[in-house]
Amino acid sequence: MKARVFVTLKPSVFDPQGRTIVDALQSLGYAAVADVRQGKYFELDLDVRTSDDAEKLAGEVAGRVLANPVIESFRIEVAQTDRPEGQR
Amino acid sequence: MTHLGPGSAGDAATVAQHGLTREEYARIVDLLGREPNLTELGLFSVMWSEHCSYKSSRVHLRTLPTEGAGVLQGPGENAGAVDIGDGLAAVFKIESHNHPSFIEPYQGAATGVGGIIRDIFTMGARPIALLDSLRFGPLEDRRNRRIVRGVVSGIGGYGNSIGIPTVGGEVMFDESYNGNPLVNVFCLGIARHDAIVKGQASGVGNPVYYVGAKTGRDGIHGATMASAEFDETSADKRPTVQVGDPFMEKLLLEACLEVMQAGAVVGVQDMGAAGLTCSTCETGSRGGVGVEIDVARVPQREPGMTPYEIMLSESQERMLLIVKRGREAEVERIFEKWDLHAVRIGEVTADGLLRVRQHGTLVAEVPNRALTEEAPLYRRPMAEPEGRDVLQKVRRDQLGPLPQPTDALLTLLGSPTVASKHWIYRQYDTMVRTNTIAETGLTAGVVRVKGTRRALAMSVDGNGRYCLLDPRQGARLAVAEAARNVACAGARPIGATNCLNFGNPERPDIMWQFAEAVAGIGEACRALEVPITGGNVSLYNETDGCAILPTPVIGVVGLLEDAATVLTRVFPSAGLEIVLLGEGLGELGGSEYLKTLHGLLQGRPPVIDLARERALQRLLVESASTGVIRSAHDTAEGGLAVALAECCFDAGGLGADVSVPGAPSDGDVDRLAATLFGESASRVLVSVAPDRVEAFVAAARSAGVPATRIGRTGGSGIRIAVDGTVAIECAVADAEARWNGCLARWLDGRAA
Amino acid sequence: MRFAVVVFPGSNCDHDAYYAITHVLGQQAAFVWHKDRSLAGADVVILPGGFSHGDYLRTGAIARFSPIMTAVREFAAAGGPVLGICNGFQILLECGLLPGAMLRNRDVKFHCEFVGLRVERTDTPFTSQCAVGQVLRLPIAHGEGNYFAPAETIAELEAGGRIVFRYANLAGEATERANPNGALDNIAGICNEARNVVGLMPHPERACETLVGSADGLVVFESVVHALAARGVLQAVSR
Repeated sequence: MKARVFVTLKPSVFDPQGRTIVDALQSLGYAAVADVRQGKYFELDLDVRTSDDAEKLAGEVAGRVLANPVIESFRIEVAQTDRPEGQR
Repeated sequence: MTHLGPGSAGDAATVAQHGLTREEYARIVDLLGREPNLTELGLFSVMWSEHCSYKSSRVHLRTLPTEGAGVLQGPGENAGAVDIGDGLAAVFKIESHNHPSFIEPYQGAATGVGGIIRDIFTMGARPIALLDSLRFGPLEDRRNRRIVRGVVSGIGGYGNSIGIPTVGGEVMFDESYNGNPLVNVFCLGIARHDAIVKGQASGVGNPVYYVGAKTGRDGIHGATMASAEFDETSADKRPTVQVGDPFMEKLLLEACLEVMQAGAVVGVQDMGAAGLTCSTCETGSRGGVGVEIDVARVPQREPGMTPYEIMLSESQERMLLIVKRGREAEVERIFEKWDLHAVRIGEVTADGLLRVRQHGTLVAEVPNRALTEEAPLYRRPMAEPEGRDVLQKVRRDQLGPLPQPTDALLTLLGSPTVASKHWIYRQYDTMVRTNTIAETGLTAGVVRVKGTRRALAMSVDGNGRYCLLDPRQGARLAVAEAARNVACAGARPIGATNCLNFGNPERPDIMWQFAEAVAGIGEACRALEVPITGGNVSLYNETDGCAILPTPVIGVVGLLEDAATVLTRVFPSAGLEIVLLGEGLGELGGSEYLKTLHGLLQGRPPVIDLARERALQRLLVESASTGVIRSAHDTAEGGLAVALAECCFDAGGLGADVSVPGAPSDGDVDRLAATLFGESASRVLVSVAPDRVEAFVAAARSAGVPATRIGRTGGSGIRIAVDGTVAIECAVADAEARWNGCLARWLDGRAA
Repeated sequence: MRFAVVVFPGSNCDHDAYYAITHVLGQQAAFVWHKDRSLAGADVVILPGGFSHGDYLRTGAIARFSPIMTAVREFAAAGGPVLGICNGFQILLECGLLPGAMLRNRDVKFHCEFVGLRVERTDTPFTSQCAVGQVLRLPIAHGEGNYFAPAETIAELEAGGRIVFRYANLAGEATERANPNGALDNIAGICNEARNVVGLMPHPERACETLVGSADGLVVFESVVHALAARGVLQAVSR
């Protein structure tokens, strides 16, 4: 089963990379891009059977390793069990 | 053995796609005694590419001096090696990664660093220092800024992560490098003489091991890409640049050194250009043996890879080990400790063939020598380009108004080629391994050799403008400059490596430039007694038929007997006397002054007396060792005025007050400009204590080195008088601010 | 006195620490592989700088799960002195032996340069021979030295006197200009509540000989030798 984990910096944390990117975009003429926060995206290939199991495993992995709770939060997206393998 | 008939391997389209000519194909058929199948055609296509075979350059490279008393390994192996005393050797080489750095600057540069590091540790040497020689188009163009940022990040990203310090280098800017940046990376390592391992297979029945990262589809035909020019379709070639993994290479480095120290291998070669193909046939060829492998055993990252793909893949961070029979378990255990794959994929045979199987079925069979020794050797036509006599004259009518000398100096200091490169090397770890004994940017790169009193100095230098005006002379000057930079640190030059960056060799004018440059390198290396121990050639540096300036880059390594006597360019205190060694002849041909202030590339490069240059370098080494000179800096881009200013930088605002005689010539421009900014060769500014200066000057002159006392350090200003009249006067702080701020102004605070 | 220098896959400054301790300081040192479970009777533990696991995922994020870290935790819990240098500091943060986290340097670039480091506290084993306010000239070499912690944590550190080093100019002023990476309050190094675990971003092991640019870092290692001697730990000095 596939799970996606999105890891983002907590709002209170300064994001120098995001700031650099928004400066770059604005200088290229994209004035409408007001802000950018850079995060990480992980695709997990899990050997479990149900989407509940996937959510649980992904959550544990994300909380323990993929995200640093001091500065990052995360959310999980999992495919539903009733869809055939390979479709999202 | 299955052969795919004509219509697949032998048709004109397929042959051309593989970068081979009809004649080369016919030669292959002749060597094999039959037509090659597609996999075999692939093997020839990469091994006979310019990048791997040096087919256009070998006849010229053979003329270079490669021997000397201290040379332990000359060209022909993965790197060269020179004795440095105490049973130790310096193992070093320079390599290019130009085309990939245009396509993907970060990864192109990163994998370039990875590649040269592997070439050093594959010889059993622990790499301890890196240098880079970079050339880009002007920073006014946003595309060049993007390339600069990417390349610098890539070099830093890889070098820092693997923990090898980048201790120096050079960076220049010129329009001719638009679209064809040059990224030449030099690496130096240390090994005990008896621990040097060659890239040779030997011992029939010895197992052949594959170690490191898994093989994927990246970089297939990377070698052929490096052997072709760019055009509008170059954007499509993006997938051929690999992603480097410095962490993997760090593990590989440690594991390989451990295995080599245990004496468990007879030969090692890294998988760089042409990957598995190159490493197997070259080790086989050098050892006069055959190598048989089964690609099904190769660890693969992607499913369904064909033998063709596996053999041609340029996935990074992989090595080939020829292991001593009986030591397999030990080797596997060491690699396992480092969590690396170490897989037996074949063995050494007696028949001189490269035999490739897949699950036991034979899929390719080619004599090793056919791929290596029998690669074509071309004597390409050469013809001096037209219009050189015009180019070699400075056209006075094309000069702009002459700026005031002080303004000219400040403009030069604030121009990218001359300005401080601190913005760049601050992104490199210059100190890891605690061997760096001279602050980066203040002299050649200098690292101590732990366990001895010695240190090694190294420098990379080149000048494409001089080489356009006169390739032979420009090349001589490049060798002299690199050796002189090393001597200015107090080290005796002991060996050199060269990276020859040129355009399309199928053009007679480019081939002429190449041959002339190689001849110039040979002359200078012989005169200065610095042998060439290996190097690299990068051809086809052209876009849409427009070539780069012919740019041979020379890396010189020097030996400093006592690390504590290392010198930098910085005036260490006030009240010292400044002595100018050498003579200014007022030569502005090809100079930075002419280009930056007047937009011209014209004239003849400076002359050089190689015997006098050698005397100068010997004097520097001797004087550094006795401590009579306190700092040393040679004149280069921007001439005397720029060099003097640089001696005042990083010195807490300490200035200098000098008076020099006017040059004998006006350099076709103006006598004042020629005196201050002329780039006459073999000149060094040194600082000497007042109570020792008379003796020093006498010693210099009796050694055949002109020496003139020109002034003193002190105050907070830079003042240069010519024939008694003050020509340049400015505060050190102002000049230093211009010099320091230039690159940051271009590359920071501008988002793109 | 034995120093254990822990080696993770990708550690680079392990050899530099080893060299400084054995060749300059004249004490015994041993490398301890990250898969080992014992510190083999070490008196001091050093987590060196480098790029453990390539800094992939986050600096120190994977190294903190290494088997040896159990022994390091126990050693620290028992009061043993632990020094985390650069990547070592990052590992201590990730495993919670020290509070807070590292972000990318504020200008998003790697910095290698000498900085001024002001000693704020001398009541840790690694600063016992320093003077409060002393400025050490040490090199930094990092891309993620921008120390961050939630406001409450910073307040706790301040109140507890647990900020051990701050970036400062050579006159001892912790100014904005002297801060190379944007770290909150110029924090360059901190300690735990028990004051035996210290982490700092600059590299003292790179500044133990004037030949390499500065010898100001030697006092950090001399301090722990003195601190342990004062506690009565036998000094087995061998060269």
